[in-house]
Amino acid sequence: MTVETLERYILEHRFFEGLEPAFGSLIRGCARNVRFEAGQYLCREGEPADQLYLVRHGTVALEISAPGRGALTFQTVHEGEIVGVSWLVPPYRWTYDARAAELVRAIALDARCLRDKAERDHDLGYELMKRFVPVLVERLHATRLQLLDLYAPPA
Amino acid sequence: MSAMAAGAAATDPMLPAVARVVGRRRETADVWTLEVAPPDGWAGFAPGQFNMLYLPGLGEVPISMSGDPAAPGPIRHTVRAVGAVSAALAALRPGAAVGLRGPYGSAWPVAEAAGADVVVMAGGLGLAPLRPALYRLRAERARYGRVALLYGTRSPADILFRRELERWRRQLDLEIEVTVDRAAGDWRGSVGVVTRLLPRIAFEPVSSVALVCGPEVMMRFAADALLDAGVPEPRIHLSMERNMRCAIGQCGHCQFGADFVCKDGPVMSYDRLRARLKIREL
Ligand SMILES: Cc1cc2nc3c(=O)[nH]c(=O)nc-3n(C[C@H](O)[C@H](O)[C@H](O)COP(=O)(O)OP(=O)(O)OC[C@H]3O[C@@H](n4cnc5c(N)ncnc54)[C@H](O)[C@@H]3O)c2cc1C
Ligand code: FES
Repeated sequence: MTVETLERYILEHRFFEGLEPAFGSLIRGCARNVRFEAGQYLCREGEPADQLYLVRHGTVALEISAPGRGALTFQTVHEGEIVGVSWLVPPYRWTYDARAAELVRAIALDARCLRDKAERDHDLGYELMKRFVPVLVERLHATRLQLLDLYAPPA
Repeated sequence: MSAMAAGAAATDPMLPAVARVVGRRRETADVWTLEVAPPDGWAGFAPGQFNMLYLPGLGEVPISMSGDPAAPGPIRHTVRAVGAVSAALAALRPGAAVGLRGPYGSAWPVAEAAGADVVVMAGGLGLAPLRPALYRLRAERARYGRVALLYGTRSPADILFRRELERWRRQLDLEIEVTVDRAAGDWRGSVGVVTRLLPRIAFEPVSSVALVCGPEVMMRFAADALLDAGVPEPRIHLSMERNMRCAIGQCGHCQFGADFVCKDGPVMSYDRLRARLKIREL
């Protein structure tokens, strides 16, 4: 894939909608195109969070495994969404497994590369924060609703 | 209430007609669909309306119609066994008698939505009162723009009307997205809250009509997500639930602000509900 195509994929991804093209080329320097077959893992709980993924195609299941209960999916991530927020905050470790539920095409961004660039260029850092914070807030909100178990039979 | 009338023509509006159960079908672990033969004088119903179903000695509860309003034959009610009356209803066998009065309440604005995109958002058992609207939308599919059903429920085992949804999805005349709160093993669909499905469908927010039914908290957040997407308040319709007794606007049991849910509802538009939805315990 050419660098131009990679940059276009980044700028066209819903997560980076409206991003200034100049930032696109900065981010592209940390990016590569990846693909996972169904059943392959994008990351495993406890491993260093050194990547994040912009999903371009397919479904990723975020899972927690519990002894005796197997893997429990608590969220799926789809085209236009991202996998990975743990790379933002120390200790930069994945807190769940991310499994390709079907063929997944994504852009992998190198977390250290992105952190370094954001550290050097705070405008880029702020652009990134403006996009990641809503994802965090949305996930927190979704978790709260799931905890409420709204559809459970009344006690 | 001790007697059941022989026909719906009875003059006392509180007197239920006797209806016969003619079929029963298990939907999920605690949900059953009852089919009852229409009592004398039954003139059909509009999607979103409900009946009062009565069992002597136990009580009377509001249950929505869940079948096709255009189909002749039995009236369908999909009941979740949560307490004394609903559990006894869910356990009725063909041949049993049930008291029935209705139909009552307001309807989903299906005809009014002609020409528009329609977004149907259901949570849990809330799919049952929406199913008659989906039958109508499908029957007159060409009159509408895009039609999408976004359905959230607890787990894959709790998906209502699963075969029918799969068939509709194959026929491609509705866009159907289902999500569950949690899943293990072989579930290949979405996991997450129902509002996350909204960005995945294509629709024209300003001119769309949204029909929403589910637990009240789910409906509040669904309405917020629709508003954020740009759907105007008067075009968002929710189906409210309150305890009922008379169901004909006389006893005040179901009062919700200035409205009676049995008569002015259950289906009401968001502009009318907005202020009250945010007040606790109204
Ligand atoms: C307009 C309208 C339409 C309805 N349509 C349907 C339908 O199609 N199918 C269906 O199964 N139910 C429907 N309901 C809800 C149904 O009427 C109640 O579940 C029923 O009245 C419960 O009576 P019960 O005697 O079985 O249980 P109760 O002994 O009265 O209650 C048992 C438990 O369930 C809880 N509970 C009661 N009602 C509700 C409720 N509405 N939501 C959540 N928890 C509740 C109570 O707090 C209690 O914990 C509808 C309600 C309304 C107002
Ligand atoms: S139930 Fe009596 S007024 Fe609504």
